[in-house]
Amino acid sequence: MATVLFYILSAIALTATLLCVTRRNPVHAIIYLVHAFFALALLFYVLGAPLVAAWEVIIYAGAIMVLFMFIIMMLELAPSQELQGLVWSRLLPVVLLSLTVLGATFAIIAFDPGGVDGIPVYFATPRDFGYTLFKEYALAVEVVSFQLLFAAVGGYYVGRTDKKKGGRK
Amino acid sequence: MNDILITLLIIIIKLGLIFAVVLTMAAYLVLAERKILARMQLRYGPNRVGPFGMFQPVADLIKMLTKEDVCPAGADKYLFLFAPGLAAVTALMSLAVVPFGPTIEIFGQQVPQVVCDLNIGVLYFLGLSSLAVYGIALGGWASNSKYALLASIRGLAQLISYELSMGLAVVPIIMAARSFSLTDIVMAQESLPFVLIYPETFLIFFVSVAAESKRIPFDLPEAENELVAGFHTEYSGMRFGLFFVGEYINMIILGSMTTIFFLGGWHGPLLPPIFWFLFKVLGVAFVFIWMRGTMPRFRYDQLMHFGWKVLMPIALLDVVVRGGFMVWSLGG
Amino acid sequence: MRDLWRDIKGTLEPFWVTLSYIFKKPVTIQYPEQKRTPYSRYRARIVLTRDPDGGERCVACYLCSAACPVDCISMQAAEDENGRRYAAWFRINFSRCIFCGLCAEACPTMAIQMTPDYEICNRDLLNLVHEKEDLLIDDGGKDNEYNFYRHAGIGVVNPRGGNEDETEPEDVKSLLP
Repeated sequence: MATVLFYILSAIALTATLLCVTRRNPVHAIIYLVHAFFALALLFYVLGAPLVAAWEVIIYAGAIMVLFMFIIMMLELAPSQELQGLVWSRLLPVVLLSLTVLGATFAIIAFDPGGVDGIPVYFATPRDFGYTLFKEYALAVEVVSFQLLFAAVGGYYVGRTDKKKGGRK
Repeated sequence: MNDILITLLIIIIKLGLIFAVVLTMAAYLVLAERKILARMQLRYGPNRVGPFGMFQPVADLIKMLTKEDVCPAGADKYLFLFAPGLAAVTALMSLAVVPFGPTIEIFGQQVPQVVCDLNIGVLYFLGLSSLAVYGIALGGWASNSKYALLASIRGLAQLISYELSMGLAVVPIIMAARSFSLTDIVMAQESLPFVLIYPETFLIFFVSVAAESKRIPFDLPEAENELVAGFHTEYSGMRFGLFFVGEYINMIILGSMTTIFFLGGWHGPLLPPIFWFLFKVLGVAFVFIWMRGTMPRFRYDQLMHFGWKVLMPIALLDVVVRGGFMVWSLGG
Repeated sequence: MRDLWRDIKGTLEPFWVTLSYIFKKPVTIQYPEQKRTPYSRYRARIVLTRDPDGGERCVACYLCSAACPVDCISMQAAEDENGRRYAAWFRINFSRCIFCGLCAEACPTMAIQMTPDYEICNRDLLNLVHEKEDLLIDDGGKDNEYNFYRHAGIGVVNPRGGNEDETEPEDVKSLLP
């Protein structure tokens, strides 16, 4: 049951991502990306990580993609009309990236054949997850949170209004 | 096999009951809102269809169903047709984790009065409420109308901003109940509802919830006197109805969440639990309506200022102080 | 700090006001059952009145038609053998009328008048086009005693100079004062 679900969801995620990359209309691309995130979240749930699944939906689908959409709507990006031919320089990063990912996948399978057998079934409750995150990886969490704080302060600094020049209050 | 069938049957029955009750409740909430608002303005409100206007929702439904379903020229057709459904479905889906009462025993079966007691119920609710943004965003964008686009941009920014403080206001509750499951959170309030222990958290949560429900004083996405009808300007017939019903279902959901997180869920003396739950939800809904009858609308910059510079820091501070206090009292 | 207190008070006080208003009696008039009596100068359905002698007051001077801002009045003037002018047909399209009362103001003979009868809704637009028969009433309306032809100096009702406030017309061919 879980395996069937896994394959269905992977297919949806892959198709949605592919469609997202090929869309000309930015809003449509976002919708497909949200679909992909959804499928991904369900995958996480099926694989026994409900907390990660929820965060995937809340943070990626619910916050980041919404921000993308906000920007697109604000800038009123029309679907681009110019013909974008497949120039070699444009194609190179795509090919390189795909080759790297493929190579990495094959390398993992080649060096660790046990990984093919399947991941041990483990259901991570929010409690376990929290313990692992905040006990074992507390330092990493703190570093990331500091980064966020810096980002917030930096954003405030960049977005401040110059009082000397008599800007808006 | 038999057990699975029975469980499935129970779930289906529960789903049917919840759908019936909530949709009726949403329809009559519309009527109640119109009546109460009218009385606040020294009017009678709808009183023509049936005794005291009791059949007004039915009349509205018939009217909406028989109206033409217009798709404006230049609209993004599929997204335009899809958005109202999204708005209503995201609202309805949150109902799956709402516990209406304690586990009861029917014919020797343990039946919890909740469709699915997820162990991440709180996050499920937050996730769905953040997805609800897409309904209005896509609806407004796909209509190919300036007003609708402006409204959906406003809605996007508003909902994202206030979701943050809503999520933060839930954190002390989760810390106190030590669970993400809504049933556990209600169980933790058996002796004392959290509103008495965390009054400031309740205030933050309630304000954010009012903003999430897109109602006055936070109804910027559908500010009638600036944006015609906001994001559903171009919608007609039942698609408009879906947006409309979605809004009221959302109101019920947010009311039940307030009840679950702060007002002690189904706990209460004398009456059966489910009545207490309904009573509290309707009470919160009444406060929403009351607020609509009383408050003027925020200006947009005031809204953003309030959300990011007042509510969010206070919510963060609240989390830190309450968390620190909890750690101190546990460690000491 | 005092501002904060004022703000909190200003936010909470209206809630009390609205709550107390719920229990007040609504001021609504339930229209089809309760009807308010409009004042006598209320401007609603337009009528054509008659003078005390029973003749039509309208002299088909087209002044109302000219004054009408929405052009809803039309007529055709005619004259009978006495020299009395009247409207051969007179038509008011109430689906266009805005009930401004300018026609009644413009009327020199007080023929066209506004009445307080405001219930003229109709399901068919054509029913709102009122012809002369629909407009004419058997009454003098606001100034019941007024008869234009008794003051006009034209020999329609009485021979010229026969009315109360009139003198005999001057015989211009005579040299005597």
